[in-house]
Amino acid sequence: MIEIKHLTKRYGELTAVNDISFDVAPGQVLGFLGPNGAGKSTTMKMITGFLAPTAGSIRVCGHDLASAPLPAKTCMGYLPEGAPSYAEMTVRSFLEFIADIRGLAADSRQRRLDDVIGRLALGSVLDQVIETLSKGFKRRVGLAQALVHDPLVLILDEPTDGLDPNQKHEVRQLISDMSRDKIIVISTHILEEVDAVCNRAIIIAHGRILADDTPQQLATRAPSGRLDDVFRAITTGKTQEATHA
Amino acid sequence: MRNTVVLFRREFFSYFATPLAFVFIVIFLLLAGAFAFYLGGFYERGQADLAPFFNYHPWLYLFLIPALSMRLWAEERKSGTIELLMTLPVTLWQAVIGKFLAAWTFAGVALALTFPIWISVNYLGDPDNGTILAAYVGSFLMAGGFLAIGSCISAATRNQVIAFIFTVVLCFGFLLSGFPMVLGLFEGWAPRAVIDAVASLSFLTHFASISKGVIDLRDLLYFGVLIAAWLTANAIVLEMKKAD
Repeated sequence: MIEIKHLTKRYGELTAVNDISFDVAPGQVLGFLGPNGAGKSTTMKMITGFLAPTAGSIRVCGHDLASAPLPAKTCMGYLPEGAPSYAEMTVRSFLEFIADIRGLAADSRQRRLDDVIGRLALGSVLDQVIETLSKGFKRRVGLAQALVHDPLVLILDEPTDGLDPNQKHEVRQLISDMSRDKIIVISTHILEEVDAVCNRAIIIAHGRILADDTPQQLATRAPSGRLDDVFRAITTGKTQEATHA
Repeated sequence: MRNTVVLFRREFFSYFATPLAFVFIVIFLLLAGAFAFYLGGFYERGQADLAPFFNYHPWLYLFLIPALSMRLWAEERKSGTIELLMTLPVTLWQAVIGKFLAAWTFAGVALALTFPIWISVNYLGDPDNGTILAAYVGSFLMAGGFLAIGSCISAATRNQVIAFIFTVVLCFGFLLSGFPMVLGLFEGWAPRAVIDAVASLSFLTHFASISKGVIDLRDLLYFGVLIAAWLTANAIVLEMKKAD
């Protein structure tokens, strides 16, 4: 369970996230949609404990991020924007480092590593230094890193950015396969992705939640029945009736 | 503790994943040797001790240690891995200490590799090995002091060059505060206590007394407090500005 209450983040005069509240339950794949600078990444950075909120509270798996950050971080896997990883390490040593810092027990460690290496098809580049990898592989290493400890909660900031269409398809498949018992939050610009993998979508702009519904329900809000029309209407505020009541 | 060890290992071996370790160690050994033999007159003095070798360590460290420390946090910021690191189940202190200890151990390895000069002096004469050991301890502690300053400065920027320059300047200040040219500014008008206080801030004052073979608790305490203070500042800087 992710429980977010009145979350606000201000940078001086700028309010990046403005009093948002929502819960996410297991089995939900929440798509976080919004134009650039809407506050998607800032919200994710706060959920994962990287940034401290200016106001409001976040609970993940029952642990309050402010008072018990370590247990909350333990049950989360996070792919930060741009999938950063230690460039001078090999894929193998990087994933082993993550497994060790996540405290995987000796018996499950190799099994978990084999599992994510298999799922993300990293077998062929295991001993390659990460900085020599293509963008698609780097992204997959970032995803593998987030999955090593089989977390209950997955926060993925633009998981398919930089992937080719086949790889996009595979990552979406991966997310769908895992979605049954997990909580997954992804941010994306790609609306078809929301249709493909998410069973809930939140549209955010200027730090506020403008819509929160299933992608199918959202799509019906535009006469055309297309999600992009709804998105444009909501985020540019052109059709008032399309906004969330 | 376990997390600190894992972070330490990652950081320590990352030095060896790039040419950095090799370049650093080779340059350190070459310069340490060159200073001792040419500037220090290791042979000409005709004395069986390592004073000409250790006397140049503060100046060697002044430029080499900031090169080691500049990447500690600035690189994490630049590449965005700080976000990864800080969302792993580790505390800020585990990260600060793990990284610092990795850099310090690496500096220790470079220092330990100067052992041939110790063998030489024992071959050529009959030095006081206790004094030499004390000087090695002092040099290692001083490297830790420089590194703690460098680690803190590195945490404040994402630009490694800026981290390097500021660290050199700050360390230079810490070195010089024991020098007559700085102390001279205070002499004649400031009370003795002030002059002593300024002098006592200096790396040189404390390093010199240890390298004479006297391991005084006050000198150990000085480096201990210095390192702890700068690492605390390091953690505070990270806490205050994680994102940018």
